[in-house]
Amino acid sequence: MTEQTRSVAIHVPVLARVEGEGALDLAIDDGNITRLRLRIFEPPRFFEKFLEGHHYTEIPDLVARICGICPVAYQVTAAQALEQLYGVELSPWARAMRRAFYCGEWIQSHSLHIHLLAAPDFFGCGNAIELAQIAPEAVRRGLRLQGLGNELMDLFGARSVHPVGVRIGGFHAAPPVERVHALRERLVAALSEAEALVRWSAAIPLPPDDQAFVSVAMRHPDGYAIEAGGIAASDGLTIGADAYDAHFAERHEPHSTALYSSYRGQPYLVGPLARLNLNPDRLPERLRALLAETGFALPSRNVFHSLLARAIEIWLALDEAARLLADYRLPDSPWVPATPRAGVATGCTEAPRGLLWHRYEMDADGRVVNARIVPPTSQNQARIEADLRLSLLNFGLDQPDDALRLHCEKVIRNYDPCISCATHFLRLNVERT
Amino acid sequence: MDGERKPRVAVHKFSSCDGCQLALLNLGEDLLTLAARVELVHFAEAGPMDPEAEVDVAFVEGSVSTPADLERIRQIRERSRVLIAIGACATTGGIQGLRNQADGAAWIAQIYQHPEAISSLARSTPVSAHVKVDFELHGCPVDSAQMVAAVNALLLGAAPRATTDKVCVECKRHGYPCIMVSRGLACMGPVTRAGCGALCPGLGRDCYGCYGPAENANTDALAAQFRTLGLDATAVVQRFQAINSQAPAFLAAAQKAGVVHD
Repeated sequence: MTEQTRSVAIHVPVLARVEGEGALDLAIDDGNITRLRLRIFEPPRFFEKFLEGHHYTEIPDLVARICGICPVAYQVTAAQALEQLYGVELSPWARAMRRAFYCGEWIQSHSLHIHLLAAPDFFGCGNAIELAQIAPEAVRRGLRLQGLGNELMDLFGARSVHPVGVRIGGFHAAPPVERVHALRERLVAALSEAEALVRWSAAIPLPPDDQAFVSVAMRHPDGYAIEAGGIAASDGLTIGADAYDAHFAERHEPHSTALYSSYRGQPYLVGPLARLNLNPDRLPERLRALLAETGFALPSRNVFHSLLARAIEIWLALDEAARLLADYRLPDSPWVPATPRAGVATGCTEAPRGLLWHRYEMDADGRVVNARIVPPTSQNQARIEADLRLSLLNFGLDQPDDALRLHCEKVIRNYDPCISCATHFLRLNVERT
Repeated sequence: MDGERKPRVAVHKFSSCDGCQLALLNLGEDLLTLAARVELVHFAEAGPMDPEAEVDVAFVEGSVSTPADLERIRQIRERSRVLIAIGACATTGGIQGLRNQADGAAWIAQIYQHPEAISSLARSTPVSAHVKVDFELHGCPVDSAQMVAAVNALLLGAAPRATTDKVCVECKRHGYPCIMVSRGLACMGPVTRAGCGALCPGLGRDCYGCYGPAENANTDALAAQFRTLGLDATAVVQRFQAINSQAPAFLAAAQKAGVVHD
């Protein structure tokens, strides 16, 4: 059992352990919380390990399989890291289309989370099918937006789950002009649906909550950071992707197959609310006016605003994709060639659930020597536990078990900790003594 | 629908990326239609939770990869009239099957500070390695049309139809020029099961075999062709060792290509 105290030098987070099954252990002793643990026990899938030895051209197809809901985030982050190492300058066309493609994933993932996972909580429903009985138009609107996001991913990737269009240097192919124009018209038309969604989300009564936490998200000089930019924190930190390691640490707790991240020894928030908190000055004027009308002020210290933050980002992503696809023309070539070289590649993007960071050590033949991937959910895991503790105290520990369980589930779902975690797979064991 | 009981359906998840369940969650408004035609008794991603319910049809996503999975899949089999494995993980062990040739314990020790707390089997295996599977839907991911066709067939009391063509046939149907011939790319289409609609060749790139091996796949000839195209032995092995690495035809092809190399 010498393994127990062994300290590990290489912290490789194993992905997809973040999706799937989580449990919560809560122990209350004499009116105090004595144990509170979010247990993630999704089996490890060892992605970083089996990437080793594979050729750079295969990486986008392999890392996509980490997550069926946000494969584009993994593909684009890997491509961005490798392109930087190889000194590849994307064409303006490819740069714009990467961003449009990524917008599709935000629209899809956020719509899915709001309508199928999170919203039923706030209406006393067990699931979206029940919600559709009391709010049919809202659910159908959400499913239409989700479908539109999928179509935008499909436009560049030929399918929305594990799309096949991204390559190092750009895209394998450019979609035809007529198809782009037809989809763009529908994106523009959907802005009014997204506006209605923002108003609907802003009107949902939320539990009051006010917590101090550090938000971490990307910033870009020219707009709302999605697929490019540096990393910023609400305490003033501004760094590039290559400096992530120097400021953020990961550790393993025995009760979880996900690693915990910390910043200056403390939990921190990533995701839509963190992005909005750090980027209010990067929102388009029309969106700012809409937020002012709804009375939503940034920054927010209530994580229950995450659902509204997703709705706001759906509007933003539709608007951004429509802008990027206006005046669409076929490029001379959808990709530029890359020449491998040895070195370390780092990259980061804003996955729907928050900051996603990749690091690859590559050999001169373009093969992976080692890889590290830090997904948003492991970054949020410590914050979720901190939030649960504070939020439960606000809520009142003397509440009945069922009410405590539902409140905990609501809190956890704010973070959208990947799909099956986020739904009703939470087993709450309350011990009272 | 008086007097007529709706078929009871469950969707179970094992080790996976959740992408195959999205074939249902991405149905859009058809998801509401589906929910009206069948009773979704267990589908954790969508909300309904009753993992131990007796059902008419169980869809199983993901590979068997932990000690607890072994018991869970046996119980699901006992409680399900029809069991359908969906996607590459459930039908071949999936991308995480790449660990089957490696020293998993050493990997865990390199990754986790508390390796003793990690429960994982040495191998990631398909559902059919443990229980009888009535039907398999291949693909990484399966798509919505496949899932809906399977549900409709079962609602009509028929067995879902299996695809036996290869991706090459889909290229011919679409009129795509052969990218192996015209561009010299190491395309897996000649040995890969049809079903995706030849998406990759449609974008001018090589198929990478995400639907797994087709019946009677001539992997020997394809491996030889890959060498002619300039791939070294390692590259040939990796062509077969990707999404469906543990599918017997691809595993054998990789082992053969590796042996030649040694």
